[in-house]
Amino acid sequence: MQEISETVSDEPIGIGDSDVDGPMISATGLRKAYGEFEAVRGIDVRVDRGESFGFLGPNGAGKSSTMRMIGAVSPVTDGELRILGLDPAAHGSQIRARLGVCPQLDTLDMEITVRENLTVYGRYFGLSRGECAERADELLSFVQLTDKAKGSVEKLSGGMKRRLSIARSLINSPDILLLDEPTTGLDPQARHLVWERLFRLKQRGVTLVLTTHYMDEAEQLCDRLVVMDKGLIVAEGSPTDLIRAHSTREVTELRFGVGEHEDVADQVKDLADRVEVLPDRLLLYTDDGEAAAVAVHERGLEPISVLVRRSTLEDVFLRLTGRTLID
Amino acid sequence: MELVLRQFDYWATTYRRTWRGSVVSTFVMPLFYLLGMGVGLGSFVDDQSRSELPGGVTYLEFIGPGLLATMVMMTAVFESTYPVFSNIKWTKVYESMLATPLGVVHVLNGHLLYVAFRAATMSAVFVAVLALFGVVDSVVGGVAAVLVAIAVGMAYAAPVFAYSAKLKSDSGFAPLFRLGLLPMFLFSGAFFPIENLPDGIEWLAYLMPVWHGVELCRAVTLGMVDWNADIGHGGYLITWIIVGWGLARWSFGNRLAEGT
Repeated sequence: MQEISETVSDEPIGIGDSDVDGPMISATGLRKAYGEFEAVRGIDVRVDRGESFGFLGPNGAGKSSTMRMIGAVSPVTDGELRILGLDPAAHGSQIRARLGVCPQLDTLDMEITVRENLTVYGRYFGLSRGECAERADELLSFVQLTDKAKGSVEKLSGGMKRRLSIARSLINSPDILLLDEPTTGLDPQARHLVWERLFRLKQRGVTLVLTTHYMDEAEQLCDRLVVMDKGLIVAEGSPTDLIRAHSTREVTELRFGVGEHEDVADQVKDLADRVEVLPDRLLLYTDDGEAAAVAVHERGLEPISVLVRRSTLEDVFLRLTGRTLID
Repeated sequence: MELVLRQFDYWATTYRRTWRGSVVSTFVMPLFYLLGMGVGLGSFVDDQSRSELPGGVTYLEFIGPGLLATMVMMTAVFESTYPVFSNIKWTKVYESMLATPLGVVHVLNGHLLYVAFRAATMSAVFVAVLALFGVVDSVVGGVAAVLVAIAVGMAYAAPVFAYSAKLKSDSGFAPLFRLGLLPMFLFSGAFFPIENLPDGIEWLAYLMPVWHGVELCRAVTLGMVDWNADIGHGGYLITWIIVGWGLARWSFGNRLAEGT
């Protein structure tokens, strides 16, 4: 188990020192089509310097396609895209020189050592061998992998590989860090360590752009986010704005016997702004969850369990993108 | 070009990890082939065939340079199949390279250069072994043989890169090896003059780059250059390199810009 210590490492130098005026990323009417299929169907996005910006959405919402266009790898089908003020169609190489990309699936080289994964990668950016070595050591310390430096990548755990990917994406001191689902598949300890490291980068002023379908991740890391569904942006704002706009302050969850929820829903409809019936429980969206729970009891209803909680981004997300499973 | 050379450390690191294993096999393989087929089989066939082989050479002299061309073909094809496919689909090494200032062309050329380097080391060792057997006519001839062998390697590597980058699954390599590589090895003209083949197959053999490589290797190694024919052979190999590179570029572009 890695311990999370504030004193282990200093932030790597040079990260986040950008000289760009205006937005770091701006997209207008951005579209991406693969043959007949339109993955992104016209979105407007603006990310400012130092911001931490999230793309949320279910699978197939067009998040990764958008990220690949922003990464200046996948050509834009239509619309205007500017990254660091530059057009990726004409200046792909210059743009990529100033981006850090941490892909959804690790693309680490299993056949070379942990440290070599960094030093070799730094050379692609035109850094000298000396610079590569220096930065590799700094970054290994930053992601707490110094003691694994000479080992093979294959022996690392999922969380360590992800941290190595993040370290690799920082080798060129990028102005923007792109993270595609940074903590998918990691255990809770590993997730929190990754979040903590990303939060430190954010404090340093690095512009973070990430995709996720974990709502707690978005609430932890994003200043502002957009919710995407079927290639379009369906909502935009800070996590609290979105909760205010698309949900209530609190949610009361009532659990009754199987099959009773439909009937009960009719009897409590007037106690909440909105009532949602799920197979295993009733959700009452209201600004005062306790009051709603008390009122339910006053009507002589006796739920098996009652839970009053604050609304989360998850409520917003499910409201906007539906509960249907998307594969 | 500078962007291509930025990959040097990557390929050097990869090579450092594997070279020991490959050095032994690159040295031992030609040794065994030349002992077994050149000397062993040669002593058996030389009495009858000597007058029939072009230039009246011994079977060892006949087969040695021919083997060089076929072996470099094999090495180049192997280096251009699984490694390319894996870098696209399994390890995604190309994807990680393309997230940097490198573009598709740089990544393609970097890997092709590595294959050229592998072809060069392999054939340099091979020519050294040929010299041990007294088959190399002159130093210039030996150096020329290495250059020709690199050209043969590239004439195969470039189109096979294009093929590998198109595959959705690695099952496409089995037919390439069995229906493509094996007949090209056997009917390359390395083991017997292809005039001995039935007419239809003989013409197929003329179309294969490896036959031109075999003829050219033989000519320079044995110091029996026929400028008219040999410039034609060289031109044919270069045509394959250029067309193959164009195909590889197209194939890489399609595959890598739109994900896997």
